[in-house]
Amino acid sequence: MPNSPVATANHEAHDNPALLHHFASEQQQKDAASLGMWVFLATEIMFFGGMFCAYLVYRYWYFGDFGAGSQSLNVVLGGTNTAVLICSSLTVALAVRAAQLGKQTTVVVCLILTMLFGVVFLGIKGVEYHDKFVEHHVPGASFHFPGHIPSHPDIPINQQHAQIFFSLYFIMTGLHALHMIVGLGLFAVITYYAMRKRYGPHYCTPVEIAGLYWHFVDIIWIYLFPLLYLIDRHK
Amino acid sequence: MATAAVQPGERETYLNHQYGIKSWLLTVDHKRIALLYLMGITFFFFIGGFFALLIRLELLTPAGDLVQADTYNKLFTMHGQVMVFFFLIPAVPAVLGNFLIPIMIGAKDLAFPRINLLSWYLYMIGGVLMLYTIINGGVDTGWTFYTPLSTEFLNTHVITAGLAIFVAGFSSILTGLNFVVTTHRMRAPGMTWSRLPLFVWAHYATSIIQLLGTPVLAITLLLVVCERLFHLGIFNPALGGDPLLFQHLFWFYSHPAVYIMILPGMGIVSEIVCCFSRKRIFGYQAMALALLGIAVVGFLVWAHHMFVAGISLYAALIFSLLSYFVAVPSAIKVFNWTATMYNGSISYQTPMLYAFGFVGLFTIGGLTGLFLASLGIDVHVTDTYFVVAHFHYIMVGGMVMAYLGGMHFWWPKISGRMYPEGWGRLAALLVFVGFNLTFFPQFILGYMGMPRRYWDYSHSPEFQILNVLSTAGATILAVGYLLPMIYFLWSMRYGKPAPANPWNAAGLEWMVPSPPPTFNFDEEPVVTWEAYNYDEIKEEVPVAQ
Amino acid sequence: MSEHVSSLKLYIGIWLALLAGTLLTVIAAGIDLGPFNAVVALTIATIKATLVVLFFMHVKYAHEKLTKVVIISALFWLAILLALSMADYTTRLWS
Repeated sequence: MPNSPVATANHEAHDNPALLHHFASEQQQKDAASLGMWVFLATEIMFFGGMFCAYLVYRYWYFGDFGAGSQSLNVVLGGTNTAVLICSSLTVALAVRAAQLGKQTTVVVCLILTMLFGVVFLGIKGVEYHDKFVEHHVPGASFHFPGHIPSHPDIPINQQHAQIFFSLYFIMTGLHALHMIVGLGLFAVITYYAMRKRYGPHYCTPVEIAGLYWHFVDIIWIYLFPLLYLIDRHK
Repeated sequence: MATAAVQPGERETYLNHQYGIKSWLLTVDHKRIALLYLMGITFFFFIGGFFALLIRLELLTPAGDLVQADTYNKLFTMHGQVMVFFFLIPAVPAVLGNFLIPIMIGAKDLAFPRINLLSWYLYMIGGVLMLYTIINGGVDTGWTFYTPLSTEFLNTHVITAGLAIFVAGFSSILTGLNFVVTTHRMRAPGMTWSRLPLFVWAHYATSIIQLLGTPVLAITLLLVVCERLFHLGIFNPALGGDPLLFQHLFWFYSHPAVYIMILPGMGIVSEIVCCFSRKRIFGYQAMALALLGIAVVGFLVWAHHMFVAGISLYAALIFSLLSYFVAVPSAIKVFNWTATMYNGSISYQTPMLYAFGFVGLFTIGGLTGLFLASLGIDVHVTDTYFVVAHFHYIMVGGMVMAYLGGMHFWWPKISGRMYPEGWGRLAALLVFVGFNLTFFPQFILGYMGMPRRYWDYSHSPEFQILNVLSTAGATILAVGYLLPMIYFLWSMRYGKPAPANPWNAAGLEWMVPSPPPTFNFDEEPVVTWEAYNYDEIKEEVPVAQ
Repeated sequence: MSEHVSSLKLYIGIWLALLAGTLLTVIAAGIDLGPFNAVVALTIATIKATLVVLFFMHVKYAHEKLTKVVIISALFWLAILLALSMADYTTRLWS
């Protein structure tokens, strides 16, 4: 290869300021960003997966105590939260759609609604955590979970096994809430740029991939809800 | 601080593109990031090596007379954790992979250069946390953090060590993410999947493991930290938990992790063997599929680390059978490297010496893995020096040799200088001799029953002679590792300037100048040739100077 | 990620289906189905997740198979973790 002049002068000038220099085309950049987010979500599936594995093992071993623990959770609040997240998934999908169609105001409105739903979810979660704290269901020195296994009045609840249920409850929902907070932060930034009309049919990748992340967080909750709140509810 | 540093008449390279510390710490150039990583992993290699030296010194005599028992526990723990998480896992991907993959596929950079820089910062933050742990007295759980010892019964720095590895793990995940997206999206026109160098295939397979396995380690360490902080019982049998659950989750990552460590080395060896045999790789498709096969099957075998831990016999049988399967793709690779060399025009430059070492030593290490996969033998030799020898044959005899071979092979490209060939060969020889002297006696020791992680073997003084041989080997090995450090640094100032293609090798990286310009290519290359087209390259490897 | 723009009607429809699924899950949990309670709950959850993936995340309209490969791979790997771990736990008392 012969000596070349300074390389910076040689690659094409890109008209779109959003196009980064190392990509050959906007489509390549978009496809890379999209694949990147999907691969990241795959890693998140494995991240939560480890906890689902722990949950599966202990539910198998301590089904009765898990049932008791589950019954002490508030289905109304949990179910409401599920609906809240589903609504937020709708609004973020609508935000992406609005960006694709160039409707700037709709984008901002939908993003703000998404964030509002997210905050409502976290608020309800806070209420639930508070209830658990007050009832002494938080694992630790003051843990106290009297009662018996559902449908077995002769078998008292094993305190250790119940604590494992609540440990998993707090860690799984806590990690989920942490992911939601990160998502809210992401959307705050994106809403800021949306208000400056940065997104449109020519460039809506950040909205799309943030949306993917948010939908994933919703899907985790779609599984957490029945697994944590609905064990043995008929007893 | 960003000065246009290229002097008139001087060619722009990624090294002189800008000067100043900010231009390095805020770089998004994959080649500069590779060098940043090189500094980090070299530093941790010597830290881990220092711990190893202390271990070998202690084991010179049967009595525990150099350090206290608790200190010895810390030494082997820190040796393992530093070497695995801060050297072996990042070394090849973050240094050679980062540097070479974009050039090998004809791209200007990785898909996500800023995430690449973030990866490095995460690695360094993890490294600082690990240094903090070491300075404050270290951890003594064994690198495997088994519970409930780590969660309940120790008052050493388990939490900071766990967090250090947690953070470094995300560095690993992001590197894998970058490589996968880059390989899918950034290949130059004509660079089809079947024309990719096996080095790229190897890193693709490695990245799959990094992406799917590391998150499980991350959550497991998080659970250990929570358990320690809040006195939970998830892994504590006294509180209703199962210590084996920890081991399942830990090994689900840590077994594939060993493939994260070895697959990039296999990629390096393919490149070197082809160049120094002047031949196409034998069975390109089989080699690529074998890499993927190792990555996939590697996820199905983890409980062979738990045969005597208390898992069910039936599960043990399943995992034993699956562990035999994982040897098949590895064996295919060894056969194909050998077939590549057969009837080739072989030259014995330093990279090729390391490649020879790899093929032989990896084979021994791999075969001894089959011994361990057998339930009956494993009951006898598990947690003895047989296991220690087995994994060091693969990690040190395999991976570190491949890493050194790769560093020598691509040093001219990275630095623009030739290393001194005579010293290179001497160092390779010392490494080979030192390595075998260190670790072969350990197979025998393990079979004789010497347990691992024991600081004192006074009730079996017959072990001493082999331990002395092992320590002697370790000192030779240390010299072998120090030499390249010295002459690589020397070459940066006094080495002969390197041409673009000092080895007359095939591959896009040899078609750009040494060192490459910042954006790698002036024009996007269009690839019309197959990989390893040595039949079209008439020149031999130039004679060593 | 495709250029396909889904209709408002589709999004609203999926949203209603998801809400209905949630309601269904809660009601089914109150009925004694023996061991099938878990099966029903997880089936409904999987259907909801599939709807989100296919329509909200546009996977149905993806122009590349790669997206689907990534998702299937991740789920398959999770299945490996769960299945092989449970292979140990469910057979421990056999011997």
